Amino acid sequence: MTTDLIGHFGRFGGRFVPEALIGALDELSLAHQEALNDPTFQVELMELHRTYTGRPSIITEARRFSEYCGGARIFLKREDLNHTGSHKINNVLGQALLTKRMGKKRIIAETGAGQHGVASATAAALLGFECVVYMGEEDTKRQALNVARMKLLGAEVIPVTTGSRTLKDAINEAMRDWVTNVATTHYLLGTVAGPDPFPTMVRDFHRIIGDESRAQMLELIGRLPDAVLACVGGGSNAIGIFYAFLNDQSVRLIGLEAGGTGVETGKHAATIVGGTPGVLHGTRTYVLQDDDGQTRESHSISAGLDYPGVGPEHAYLHEVGRAEYRAITDDEAMEAFSLLSKSEGIIPAIETAHALAGAMKIGKEIGHESALLINLSGRGDKDVQTAAKYFGIPL
Amino acid sequence: MSQLEKSFELARAENRALLIGYLPAGFPTLERSISAIKAMIEGGVDVIEVGLPYSDPVMDGPVIQQASETALTNGFKTGNVFEVVAASPAPTLVMSYWNPIERFGVAAFAHELKKVGGEGVITPDLTIEESESWISSTDKERLHRVYVVAPSTTDNRLTEVSARCSGFIYAASLMGVTGARTDISSAAQSLVERIKKVSKTPVCVGLGVSTGAQAREIAKYADGVIVGSAFIKLILESNSESEANLKVKSLATELAAAVRR
Ligand SMILES: Cc1ncc(COP(=O)(O)O)c(C=O)c1O
Repeated sequence: MTTDLIGHFGRFGGRFVPEALIGALDELSLAHQEALNDPTFQVELMELHRTYTGRPSIITEARRFSEYCGGARIFLKREDLNHTGSHKINNVLGQALLTKRMGKKRIIAETGAGQHGVASATAAALLGFECVVYMGEEDTKRQALNVARMKLLGAEVIPVTTGSRTLKDAINEAMRDWVTNVATTHYLLGTVAGPDPFPTMVRDFHRIIGDESRAQMLELIGRLPDAVLACVGGGSNAIGIFYAFLNDQSVRLIGLEAGGTGVETGKHAATIVGGTPGVLHGTRTYVLQDDDGQTRESHSISAGLDYPGVGPEHAYLHEVGRAEYRAITDDEAMEAFSLLSKSEGIIPAIETAHALAGAMKIGKEIGHESALLINLSGRGDKDVQTAAKYFGIPL
Repeated sequence: MSQLEKSFELARAENRALLIGYLPAGFPTLERSISAIKAMIEGGVDVIEVGLPYSDPVMDGPVIQQASETALTNGFKTGNVFEVVAASPAPTLVMSYWNPIERFGVAAFAHELKKVGGEGVITPDLTIEESESWISSTDKERLHRVYVVAPSTTDNRLTEVSARCSGFIYAASLMGVTGARTDISSAAQSLVERIKKVSKTPVCVGLGVSTGAQAREIAKYADGVIVGSAFIKLILESNSESEANLKVKSLATELAAAVRR
C-alpha cells in the first residue's frame, strides 16, 4: 500500500495533531524519505542488524505444536531471538539512526509491555542518547521486570497516573513531552499508529521480517505459506510480516487481536473486531470508543496488546478485505502459551500467544495440508510472573 | 457582523485587547460550569470559550486534564455542550478535540451549535489537510473556525492556516501544553508579528497566561488574551460554589483591567 502525500491509507491515517508538531513531523518524513534512498543509511542499519540485533532471524518448524493446529505445518519466525527479545528492536534501531541524522540527542518513548521501552533504552545506550520512557502506572506493576531493565540501561521511566494508566495514557504523556521539547527531542513511537509518517516509517523498519520470511519459506518448502499470522496491538509486528505478502493473493493474512474476557463482554482490546472508525493519537483508524467519541478502556492479559487503537494501515487492509482480523481471549492465549512452551521448549510473549492461539484455530479450519507462518514476535521472560499467577505456580 | 466580530470592534474602540475565558463544560458539574461562566462575565471577560471534555487531551496540562476527567466522571455527554453555550450570556465558542465532533457528526455538530447561538469552534488537533468536511459545514452554518498555531509554525504554513481561520487566530504562546507558567516567552510576540504579516484576522494569545501582569504584556501586541487553567485552578482549590465563583470573578476583574492599553 502506498500512501498519498499526507499519509492516508484509503480513508484512514493522516495527521490529527496540534500545529506545533507539524514541523517535526515534516522533518521526520523528510529524514525517512532521504534515509530510504541513502545507501549509507541502509548499510549502517543492516550492519547493526547483523552484528547487534542478530538478523536475519531464523525460522523454526514447530513439529509437536502442529498437533494442536489440526496437523498444519507451523513455521515460527523467531523475532524472539532478536537482541532485547522482540521485534521492537527493528523499528527502534531504524528510528535511532534517524534521530542521529536529525541531530537530536534526546529520545522519548511510550511502552506497554515494556518491550519497546527496553529496546528504546538499549538503542539510547548504544548511541549515547538521553532516554525517557513513559509507562502507565498499571503496566509498571504488570511488567516490573522490564521497568528494572530500562533503569539498568540508563533510561528514566516515568509512571503515568492519568486516565486508565496504561499504554494509551503513556502515549498522551509522550505527546505532551514532545510538543514541549520538540526542538531537541525525537518521539520514538513504538508501533504503526500515530500521525503520518509514523505508520509508514515504522512499517518500513519492520518489513524486514516479511522480506526475510518470504525468502526463507520459499527455500524451506518451495512455496509460499497458506496463511501468515501475527498478533495485533498497534500492529507493528503484524504489518512487518504481512507487507512482503500483500501482493501474494494466495496467502491469507490474519491478525489476532486481544479478545480479553470476550468481545461480547466489552472487556477487550480487539479494536478492529469490536471497535468503530474514529480518530485517536493523531490518526484516523478503528478505535474503542463510546457514542460520544470518548476512548473506552481496553482490557487484555497482555500489556503489549492493551491499546484501544490500531495502526491505520490495518484499518485499511480490513476494510478492503486483504487481511482478516479475529479476537483471541485471554484464556485461549494462555492455553497456547502453555502448549507452545511444553511442546516446543519456547516460552512466547503473551502478546505472541494470541497469534499462536489463532494458528490453532486456522490450522484446524484449513487442515493438515496447509503451511502457516507465524510471527513469534517476542519471548516470554517478561511474562513469567503473570503466567505463574495465571497457572497458579507459586513464586 | 457576528457577535464575536462586534466584541473585537468594541474592544478596539476602547483601546484594549479582548479578554477570552476558557472553562470546560460540565466541570465540576453542568450547573456549576454555567454559573462559573456567568461569574467570569461579571468580572469582565468578553468572550467565552467552552471546552468539550475529552478522554485524551494531548494539548492539555494537568489542570485541564483533571477538569476534563471530572466532567466525564460526572456524566458529561457531547450534547451537554450546547446547553452550556445556550446559557452563556456572552459570545461563546466551543473548543474541542476532533474525535468527539466527528463522532457526533460534523454537519450535525455545526448545525446544533449554530442553533443555540454559538459563534464558532476552536479545534486544537484538526489540521487543515483533514478539514474538508469541517470547512464546508462551518461555512454553511456561518460559524467561525479557529485553528491554533505555534511558535514552530513556519511562515508558509501560517499563511495557509490563517487563510482558513475566521473570527480570530489562536496563537499558542509557547511550545507546550496548557497550564499556568511564570513567564510568557518572547516567542509569543514574534509569532503574533509573523501572523500579522500574512493575515488581517485578529490574533489572540493563549497557553500559560494566568496573571494580570502577563495579560498586560500580551495586550500590547495581540488583539486578545486567552486564560483557562488559572480559572480552573481557582475552582479546584475552592470548597464551595460561591467561593469558587467569587475567586473566578475577582481574577476576571484583574485580567479585564490589565488588557486596557
Ligand atoms: C512481543 C510483542 N509482540 C507484540 C506486541 C504488540 O505490538 P505490535 O502490535 O505493534 O506488534 C508487543 C508490544 O509490546 C510485544 O512486546
